[in-house]
Amino acid sequence: MLPFEYARVTGVDEAVNLLAADPSASYLAGGTTQLDLMKDGVLGPERLVDITRLPLRGVTRDADGLHIGALTTMEELAADPVVAGELPVVREALLLGASAQLRNMATIGGNLLQRARCRYFRDPTVPDCNKREPGSGCAAVRNTARMHAILGVSERCIALHASDLAVALVALDAVVRLHGTSGSRSVPLTQFYREAGTSPDVENVLLHGELITGVTIPPLPAEAATGYLKVRDRASYEFALASAAVVLVMRDDVIAQARVGLGGIGSKPWRSLEAEQVLTGAAASGEIFREAAAAAVQGAWTVPGTAFKVELAQRTLVRALRNVSGGAR
Amino acid sequence: MAEALSQRRAAGFAPEAPVELHVNGRRHRLHLDARVTLLDALRDSLGLTGTKKGCDQGTCGACTVHADGRRVLSCLTLAAQCEGREVTTIEGLTAPDGGPHPLQESFVRHDAFQCGYCTPGQIMSAAALLEEGRADSDEDVREFMSGNLCRCGAYTNIVAAVRDVAAAGGADASV
Repeated sequence: MLPFEYARVTGVDEAVNLLAADPSASYLAGGTTQLDLMKDGVLGPERLVDITRLPLRGVTRDADGLHIGALTTMEELAADPVVAGELPVVREALLLGASAQLRNMATIGGNLLQRARCRYFRDPTVPDCNKREPGSGCAAVRNTARMHAILGVSERCIALHASDLAVALVALDAVVRLHGTSGSRSVPLTQFYREAGTSPDVENVLLHGELITGVTIPPLPAEAATGYLKVRDRASYEFALASAAVVLVMRDDVIAQARVGLGGIGSKPWRSLEAEQVLTGAAASGEIFREAAAAAVQGAWTVPGTAFKVELAQRTLVRALRNVSGGAR
Repeated sequence: MAEALSQRRAAGFAPEAPVELHVNGRRHRLHLDARVTLLDALRDSLGLTGTKKGCDQGTCGACTVHADGRRVLSCLTLAAQCEGREVTTIEGLTAPDGGPHPLQESFVRHDAFQCGYCTPGQIMSAAALLEEGRADSDEDVREFMSGNLCRCGAYTNIVAAVRDVAAAGGADASV
């Protein structure tokens, strides 16, 4: 690990001012991505601002929904009574991610900002990585790929956003609260991330120094049912090959409302408005689920190693819809 | 620029600094490079070599310790981040009467290891698992201990050892 200077702060404004004035500084929260990538030589900040003591921890609820402090850990959020009782899609997405130790460290803000698991991005001896070195190319496109994305990608970068939680949160219309030197702003999570596009190194709309202070999940209709399904190479402690977060409001057999998030396949946590359009107002059936799934993967861009995901993602969504709609269709 | 520098100085940025660690009920004053992880501080500065360095990248669980009662990976935690937090390592894990922890006895009885390198991490993780109330079935033990890898493949006996202690009433049991 390259040398760096360390300081711990206790105020949000202090943290933001330090970072904003210092392009070579980074925040340090749970450390599970930051320190890992520093050990690997992928990241090399000259200064780390430890924000773990900021008063941004805990979960509260009011008429606007559930407010989650950015420094709440994954385990703490999974154990929250509202999450456990009313938001199975969040609880399942949390507990199907990482390990208990990592979930005790990793924060909700950090989870949203986790970096790609692409092996070429994580290996600084690989010269061609547009995410690390803009303009250098993409080694994953030409070499072995599997844990990579098929939506929102191109020959410039096929890195995957591997968060499970974020997939649930985009399906729930969650909003992130940001704080910077010029004040606070709220951004819907669906607009927070950028697709790989022409600048894979720019992953979201955060300005340097801007800090995620919290996430709000708006209230769901009382009759909404939710669920998260994750398909992976191992039974536990593994990233998704494909996953689906589903929110359904059923009126008898008709789907009154549908929201669909897809994981394991997107350069960002993927919200599929295309699938939702097929589902909304339709009678629930295996046929309509398959039609929705087909709509969700329209526009997939694959390499030989990721071609299987087109089918797998559809089957994952169909099963998730079947589970959440409660029918053996 | 001058303002940024004075801001930095006021924040106390330093490449090395005094760090006070509370480990197994004892206070230690150390002077550490900012890069030193909790794992390296435990092993190299305090001589507590029970906590093992396996992958050193947050994957294998061999370095599992408790910080303020929660199981965490000491390889991805900076020592400086632990100031003021109560750290417990395998050396500090005991039964209420001061003898070996029931999990330690149970691991011996069930032969829940081969090479033993992952064992301190397994036991620290299992001790937290019992506190979390997640040892009610073999499936739960497997799921919630999936962050502790055993390259020898002693999983069957590890699960049995943990389940035995859970069945006997957890960490307070006189097994």
